Amino acid sequence: MTQTITIGNLPVQVMNRFDLSQRLVKLLRNDEAVVAGIGNTNFDLWAAGRRPQNFYMLGSMGLAFPIALGVAIAQPKRHVIGLEGDGSLLMQLGVLATIAAHKAQNLTMIVWDNQSYQITGSQPTATAGVTDIVDVARGCGIKQSLWARSPEDFEAQVTKAIAGGEKTLIACKTDNQPPQGQTHRDPVLIRENFMQGLGVRSAKTFTAG
Amino acid sequence: MAYPAHGLMRRARLHCPPFEGTKSVPTGAAGSTPGALQERRPMAETAPLSWFDIAIAALKRNEVKLITYVPDRVLTPLIAGLAADPYFEVIGTTREEEAVGIVAGAWMGGLRGAVLMQTSGFATLPNVIASLLVPYQIPAVLIVSERGTLGEFNIGQALVCRTMRPVLDSLATEHHTVTRLDEFDFILDRSIKQAVMTQSPATLILSPLLTGGKVL
Repeated sequence: MTQTITIGNLPVQVMNRFDLSQRLVKLLRNDEAVVAGIGNTNFDLWAAGRRPQNFYMLGSMGLAFPIALGVAIAQPKRHVIGLEGDGSLLMQLGVLATIAAHKAQNLTMIVWDNQSYQITGSQPTATAGVTDIVDVARGCGIKQSLWARSPEDFEAQVTKAIAGGEKTLIACKTDNQPPQGQTHRDPVLIRENFMQGLGVRSAKTFTAG
Repeated sequence: MAYPAHGLMRRARLHCPPFEGTKSVPTGAAGSTPGALQERRPMAETAPLSWFDIAIAALKRNEVKLITYVPDRVLTPLIAGLAADPYFEVIGTTREEEAVGIVAGAWMGGLRGAVLMQTSGFATLPNVIASLLVPYQIPAVLIVSERGTLGEFNIGQALVCRTMRPVLDSLATEHHTVTRLDEFDFILDRSIKQAVMTQSPATLILSPLLTGGKVL
């Protein structure tokens, strides 16, 4: 049975992070870069399907959006997607103001808001109380900030954001199901794979000759 | 001009590279050409460059195009000089970790960057250095204006300054303290090249002896 939360006057479904991660990956058709924050956010991206343009963080909580902005600046013709949990984003809210002020538009920010620090024992975050991530983002100046109301709405909003030419933040209320995998924890391999996926490094360095 | 750095600027026999550089740095991750420094002309004694002009030239010569920063009084002329030069993209951030994250992402996307901050800002960075820059082998250049010594008036700055070098040593990352104008180009130029070639972060601490520091 689908649970619904009403935010303001807007009813939104409580969705599943792994399901949404799978839906996201299926929508990526132009080698879009995806930068996934620590913990369950990148575990579910890993489980949703490995691709060379995925970057998995093993620390530096809260830096998925700053790293995504850096990639978007370096590669303005590529669309970049940051995936971050509510707890991680709350740790680094200032980045929303920095991104709002920057001219880059090739950036989509997705927030999995399960209202808890799930990986540390599901202690409540501020979004379990009165804090509204979409309101925060709008207040920082990211005009295209919205709640995904259902999995289908999520797909429609992601499609629009990737095609739209305007930086967008899409927040999703998610459940507390555990992640469906664990990222392979080798940071150098993760980084090298990502740089090859972005065309910065050649995949043939050790095979050409 | 009450401070040693300014006196040094007037008096020193400078052997800094010219502002625009006589030897361009090749593109690509490999960076340096051996012997490039030896080929530079000595500067005329009558036209000493400021520390911030030297920094701008060395960053440009090494294709460090993206600059992120949290403001600092001493760094003001460097930030202004970079922002006025269309070669650079300069981004003010709300926090030093964020500034490091942006530069890390940009480097993975093929664009070199450096982060400007003051001592107290560096003190917020051990986690991101230890969990992002070092394990992922990302060559961010961190340029720190040193507060907390040689005339500091704020005890908070004085104490936090003591944590900086032990943190850098414990993470086994390259760092240098720059005190002399005539050494600044060499240290910055070589540190950027080493960072890129060894895929390691490098930190340059700009002493009040170089910059004049901040006093009441």
